Amino acid sequence: MALPKYTETRYRIWHYFYIAICTFVFIFLIAPLFVIFPLSFNAEEFLVFSEGMKNLDPDAFSLRWYKDMVYGTKNPWGLAAKNSFIIAIFATLGSVILGTVAALGLSSRHMPFKGIIMATLISPMIVPLIISGVAIFFFMAKAGLAATHTGIILAHIILGTPFVVITVTATLSGFDHSVTRAAASLGSNPVNTFMKVTLPLILPGVISGGLFAFVTSFDEVVVVLFLAGLENTTIPIQMWTGLREQLSPTILAVATCLIVLSTLILISAELLRRRSERLRGINR
Amino acid sequence: MSSETKQILTTDGIPLEISLKKAERKNKIKAFLLVAPLLLFLIITYIFPIGEMFTRSIDDKMITNMLPKTFKSMETWDGKELPSEEVFASFLSDFKILVEKKEHGKLAQRLNKEKNGFNTITKKLFRQVKRNKIDETQSIKEQIMKVHKRWRNVEYWQAIKRTAPPYTSAKYLKAMDMYLNEDNKITQVSEDRRIHRILWLRTVEVAFFVTVFCFLMGYPIAHLLATLPMKYSNLLMICVLLPFWTSLLVRTASWMILLQQQGVVNDFFVLIGLVSDDNRPEMMYNKVGTYVAMTQILLPFMVLPLYSVMKTISPSLMRAGKSLGGTPFVAFWKVYFPLTIPGIGAGCLLVFILAIGYYITPALVGGASGTLISNQIAYHMKTTLDWSFASAMGLMLLGGVLVIYWLYNKLVGVDNIKLG
Repeated sequence: MALPKYTETRYRIWHYFYIAICTFVFIFLIAPLFVIFPLSFNAEEFLVFSEGMKNLDPDAFSLRWYKDMVYGTKNPWGLAAKNSFIIAIFATLGSVILGTVAALGLSSRHMPFKGIIMATLISPMIVPLIISGVAIFFFMAKAGLAATHTGIILAHIILGTPFVVITVTATLSGFDHSVTRAAASLGSNPVNTFMKVTLPLILPGVISGGLFAFVTSFDEVVVVLFLAGLENTTIPIQMWTGLREQLSPTILAVATCLIVLSTLILISAELLRRRSERLRGINR
Repeated sequence: MSSETKQILTTDGIPLEISLKKAERKNKIKAFLLVAPLLLFLIITYIFPIGEMFTRSIDDKMITNMLPKTFKSMETWDGKELPSEEVFASFLSDFKILVEKKEHGKLAQRLNKEKNGFNTITKKLFRQVKRNKIDETQSIKEQIMKVHKRWRNVEYWQAIKRTAPPYTSAKYLKAMDMYLNEDNKITQVSEDRRIHRILWLRTVEVAFFVTVFCFLMGYPIAHLLATLPMKYSNLLMICVLLPFWTSLLVRTASWMILLQQQGVVNDFFVLIGLVSDDNRPEMMYNKVGTYVAMTQILLPFMVLPLYSVMKTISPSLMRAGKSLGGTPFVAFWKVYFPLTIPGIGAGCLLVFILAIGYYITPALVGGASGTLISNQIAYHMKTTLDWSFASAMGLMLLGGVLVIYWLYNKLVGVDNIKLG
């Protein structure tokens, strides 16, 4: 973004002003995540930077809250983490299977009522979560699935499928259908064609949709608040109660772990996106 | 010529047109069958329950089923004078059945909502019935009227008659701070009790300003990301994507730490001398907190659509604009900006839709003056257990969102949503 030498002064000023604004916005976006790191290593119980921390005194830092997170007495994080992972994994599997199959149908040029069906399938993403929560709660209560893992998994499948449908239809939009016809002409049945030809080609889209579904489920709190009993507590629920009652540094330790997890997910999502673009022949 | 009018046949002797249609139909069914499992699943677990919210929100059958005889005999009553002996008698017989089923409390509660004062007089009537004080051989009207003076007041009988229809719009009116008065006219509740309208207005206001802030902050950085060389923009893109992938609660927690009175932002303000140390401003548990946190949380949803549109705009267009004599500002305003409008529409509508239904962040950092309509819905679902009222408010909110969604679909198209 170097300016050419002939730039007039006022445009030069404007340019630096623009850079300053962008810097501010980037800091605004990313800085809040970095406040959590140092504070989670705080040796004291308060959520402010102590004098010792400001002077980088090693005694002011400790792993105390991480120990509390793992070994603390009566602490809910172990159960919550277990539940969160079980629910998210099954919800992701369900969303990916249902969503991918539906996306295959939607991408067919023979699909009738495409617009309205697409709008219906995507609606859980658009409808405010609080309304989804109320509606899903009514269904689960009637079906006797409130306060069960099954109920929460089904709810998260509802919320996760739109992401899979969107990413997979996007991947299929650049898909060359002559390869499936070639497979068929060579004597492959449709299921075999899908497993051996189509799936490997659209896999990056499927996995990145799956990542969205996983994160949606792993981070979801509104619907779970309506559905969960004491047995089904999840990490977001625990964080929510923790943040409402008292902000303890243990929450920050958990939050740091979650940031590390989301960084890993971000990296895999980016790698997948690039691979998918390479496979679809999009060069940028 | 005859060969043109003659039908073309396939090898089986079936006209080609019919054969093609058959194949087409087969493909249609195949495609539909692939979508069917998800569609069916969503209709059963999601679309129907939303419909159920509607029936629940207008449902008033409970009382209709409690007083069947009373409402039957009230059909002929003109509603001006006190009702006839017959109405009193059927009310008593309905009431006796309710007492046997121990449901008279529910009745009192429901009637009390319609008109204050029913609780006391129903309790009095209950005691009389329980002790068998009412002699059915004599005038029941006279005896009930003796129980409490309010039973002699025609307004209370009018209130009972108003509850007769199995459906009611009361919950929707209540959400707008209105109610049906004695003459069946829509009336506003007294000024000091109008809480819901404030919440609706505040919800729209917060969603609107968050959208504006997101646009003002998102546009420059989307432009920077789209124009920088790949190796820098990829690095900066992480600043947008990392918050996008990070848990909502983690981001809210970090804002709670930043904005608290002893927090980093206040420390910084004190350091640069903006405020004095003993006079730190309250930035959390009010609207400021809601605005700041929501803007940061929703900003990626503005940047990503803008970026994907800006990426497709060729830089040579701006150069052409400048070489034709436009100043950089004119070239930007006349050439670049109009081309980004689809992205602006997509980003703004997406942020607005997400902001209008926000619940978690306002509940944590909003305090009393920062809560939105979603918080009210959750409150009625979990605390007061008035599910029909929560359903009514939810559907009103949904109505608003669907209008915006429809607009979004018209302008951008749902299948053009891009993620990441």
